[in-house]
Amino acid sequence: MKGMIFDLKHYAVHDGPGIRVNVFFKGCPLHCLWCHNPEGISKKAELMLMPNRCARCGDCVRTCNYGALSQKSDGEVVADRSKCTLCGDCVKVCQREAIEIVGREVSVEEILNEVEKDRIFFDQSGGGVTLTGGEPLFQPELAEALIDSLHRRGIQVALDTSGYASEEIFLRLARKSDLVLFDLKVMDNTKHREHTGVTNELILKNLKAIDDSSGPPIWVRFPLIPGVNDDQKNLEQMAEFLVELKSVKMINVLPYHKGGVEKFHRLGRDGEFKVYEPPSQERVDSVMNFFRAKGFKVKQGG
Amino acid sequence: MNERIKKLREQSLNAKPTISPERARIVTEAYRSPEVQRASYPMQRALVFKALMEKKAIFIDEGELIVGERGPAHKATPTYPEVCCHSLEDLETLNSRPKTSYAVDEETFQLYREEIIPFWRGRSMRDRIFAEMTPEWKAAYEAGIFTEFMEQRAPGHTVLGDKIYKKGLLDIKKDIEESLSKLDFYNDPEAWDKKEELEAMAICAEALITYARRHAELARELAAREKDPQRKKELEKIAATCEWVPAHAPRDFWEALQYYWFVHVGVTTEYNTWDSFNPGRLDQHLYPFYKKGLEEGTLTQEQAKELLEAFWVKFNNQPAPPKVGVTAEESGTYTDFALINVGGLKPDGRDGANELSYLILDVIEEMRLLQPSSMVQISAKNPDSLLLRALKIVRTGFGQPSIFNTDAIVQELVRQGKTVEDARKGGASGCVEAGAFGNEAYILTGYFNLPKVFEITLNNGVDPRSGKKIGLETGDPRNFKTFDELMQAFEKQMRYFIDVKIRGNNVIEKLYATYLPAPFLSLFIDDCIAKGKDYHNGGARYNTRYIQGVGLGSITDILASIKFNVYDQKIITMDELLQALRKNFEGYERLRDRFINKTPKYGNDDDYADDLARLVFDMYFRMIDGRPTVCGGTYRINLLPTTVHVYFGKVTGATADGRKAGEPLSEGISPVQGMDRKGPTAVIKSVGKLDHIKTGGTLLNQKFTPQLLAEEEGLVKLKDLIRSYFKLMGHHIQFNVVTAETLRDAQKHPEKYRDLIVRVAGYSDYFVDCAKELQDEIIRRTEHQGF
Repeated sequence: MKGMIFDLKHYAVHDGPGIRVNVFFKGCPLHCLWCHNPEGISKKAELMLMPNRCARCGDCVRTCNYGALSQKSDGEVVADRSKCTLCGDCVKVCQREAIEIVGREVSVEEILNEVEKDRIFFDQSGGGVTLTGGEPLFQPELAEALIDSLHRRGIQVALDTSGYASEEIFLRLARKSDLVLFDLKVMDNTKHREHTGVTNELILKNLKAIDDSSGPPIWVRFPLIPGVNDDQKNLEQMAEFLVELKSVKMINVLPYHKGGVEKFHRLGRDGEFKVYEPPSQERVDSVMNFFRAKGFKVKQGG
Repeated sequence: MNERIKKLREQSLNAKPTISPERARIVTEAYRSPEVQRASYPMQRALVFKALMEKKAIFIDEGELIVGERGPAHKATPTYPEVCCHSLEDLETLNSRPKTSYAVDEETFQLYREEIIPFWRGRSMRDRIFAEMTPEWKAAYEAGIFTEFMEQRAPGHTVLGDKIYKKGLLDIKKDIEESLSKLDFYNDPEAWDKKEELEAMAICAEALITYARRHAELARELAAREKDPQRKKELEKIAATCEWVPAHAPRDFWEALQYYWFVHVGVTTEYNTWDSFNPGRLDQHLYPFYKKGLEEGTLTQEQAKELLEAFWVKFNNQPAPPKVGVTAEESGTYTDFALINVGGLKPDGRDGANELSYLILDVIEEMRLLQPSSMVQISAKNPDSLLLRALKIVRTGFGQPSIFNTDAIVQELVRQGKTVEDARKGGASGCVEAGAFGNEAYILTGYFNLPKVFEITLNNGVDPRSGKKIGLETGDPRNFKTFDELMQAFEKQMRYFIDVKIRGNNVIEKLYATYLPAPFLSLFIDDCIAKGKDYHNGGARYNTRYIQGVGLGSITDILASIKFNVYDQKIITMDELLQALRKNFEGYERLRDRFINKTPKYGNDDDYADDLARLVFDMYFRMIDGRPTVCGGTYRINLLPTTVHVYFGKVTGATADGRKAGEPLSEGISPVQGMDRKGPTAVIKSVGKLDHIKTGGTLLNQKFTPQLLAEEEGLVKLKDLIRSYFKLMGHHIQFNVVTAETLRDAQKHPEKYRDLIVRVAGYSDYFVDCAKELQDEIIRRTEHQGF
């Protein structure tokens, strides 16, 4: 069983309990305009340029057989991705890790070997592995095989998902997980489609269904994007919907930050996203207090 | 913190270190007297100590509760000409250097010019040592292969156990008499030596009692003149305390602290002991007095805290004795490394944390002083609450307390041959050095520059910096067919320099044992009295000498790079590598990038590199561990640097890990600065692959940004990270919690950051007092930040 991931992060401490390893699945059916991990959207490998690491030596430009790379007058390397075949020659020749092919095909075995390294920390802290992305359910075979293998080894699994998957897949995998981190973006369907590219009917239905089926505990993750979902109406609607769900143990408010902007640039995809003004801490506090007043356990960050 | 403590603390912070000529004067006068000149060496030292205790100026400052100081004023720092006689140029350097300076007045210059230098030049221990060393030793020393701890400071490095809380000096004198009465002058060829030593000890015991009684008299005089009835009562209590201790065993909390402090002043006046003399397991020692006081109603928690805080200030009033030359480079700091231990186990193996442990942690947090330094011992048996309490102080970002693994320390000490009870009564001192408290002499003899030895190997015995041949001809590396051949040459070269170092050590050990015994310190370290032997001469129950390996991270990355790029991937030839290194990578920038970015590195849980760390570690261990010392001790290894990794870096050319000539080496067992790119769990896994139990201490530095630890949850995860490291039997871990931005700003505006304390290497220091290179290096150490 193989699949496409774009990163494995150790000492992940914001995505579930304890000390964890995050497995970032590559590919996502949503296209949120504020995306923090834009390299997780495409299912395919992509060329990523890191100008801050670049020595402007031009080795990569000279090595490329397809004329996909060139240097601007200031020496910055730019890519014509339509010509790039992802052959990896430029990555090999670059001694500064300023070019990367993001996304690699890995087997469950390879992931397990890397994850196993941190078992002592899982055992001590009650941590485990978080499947995130991208969207893990967009590669359900890999996700399921990974969850099963981790469980066979006694390692806890958290599933970080947008909930946008067929009910059958979603329920099966969510039920197998020890914790679901469920991203809830905006309640208004039109707005949802406008900002994420998909409607939210399936998402809400899945959230309701997993709750009905007495699944694992759920932490709802709410990315707070000013002007998109921080209005009173949206907050009220969210609270109204969530208050009925007995599995929801916590709401994580994740304030928008500009961490993704640099990545849009590295991927050469600036135009596909929007840049927002991050919310003030006062605004974040007032949103958290709103949910607290409704009886939820609330935390800033994951 | 109450008003009194605030004032005492302020006073201590504001006092400027100065050189006091008083000790040098009294010592020189004493050595000139015929009585001293005709005495045996231990007796000479006793008479000199007696003169010091009787003649040195004493004072009791306003508001002080714990009294007695090494110099005639706060931070007035004595010199020890019998150990190291400073030249006038040395004094000028001390007076004017930008970092860790000591003001020297005209009177001192004059005294040195007219009295001290003429008398001691050629006779001081430092002069004797350099006269005795072989040309091979000198060549290696000058090249920066190793340093020598005892060239300017006497052997020390021991920590007090629980003896003084049970016995007064009058009781200890009875032990001396008993030991004297048992001497066998018919069959024991050393009987006379033992008699001289024991009688010298008795004189020292009496001298400290005299010193305490002088304080009692002074306190009484001050009390008689005092108008404030409250202060008058305090001064009367001080007088009664100094009358009782150290002659008798302490009866209450205050007396216990005052007794220790007199002993501390005595030990640090007798010699400029290296590293660390301190009360050790303070929460264990003081707990019975604390409990009794609370039960009887003679002590409140507030009073106990105030006394502890007054005690803390006393340590901060005593900067390290002045250092010059290589010694100043390897230990460029005012701190004298007293390290208070909190927590750990009781001698019977039960959890030792008590109420007082938490109270002491409160004191540490409130005082925020450079000295004494502090640490918590964490056994699997100690509760999480103790560790979490300590981490809450760590979070405030002044580098204290550092965190130690009691279970590892106990195993290390037992492996070295201590009883399990003695091991549990021990802990760590100095930077990270494990020791049995109250009965071990564990003496650090010098740092050993692992990457430099490798540089000599690559140059077939020649130091490229000087062009001199200082090592063995182990072969031209261009002819080595395999990596193993290179490693064999490295091993040969390392063994040669270790042997040179040990030969020097053995002479120096003998010189101190013969000419400069320490009868005062010997009173307190078992079994000096029972054996009738001096602390410097194998008198302690356990005698250990360390050679501290430096640059493990650097040497690992160097070897990994050569194995990977030259032998496995064959990217370059050895000849090209040597050229690139000789040219300091000028014209080889891409190659250097490759070494830095695309070569396996220690600290990333990658066995390719980590296996090489274990290989070097084992090599170093095998060459040193278990070898005998001349006075009945055993050689052991540990891995810590103080500030020597900066100096060792200065003398080491460009290295195959991409480091340019002159840049600092890695410190302790930490990865090379900035090369740990997979976060703290990977660092811990990598360093956890070393067998810490075979050392007497390892040092791991980690840097976290404050944001990561702001919430309780972040702290709990840090706690779990530490607990995991300790399951892997890691010895020690410490944290800097400060942003790189803050540090850069502090470099630019030192005036705004006078109080910024950072963890350097086994101790904390004021950031603005650190050398520029060290500041840069601290900034470069990876900041671990989650997202």
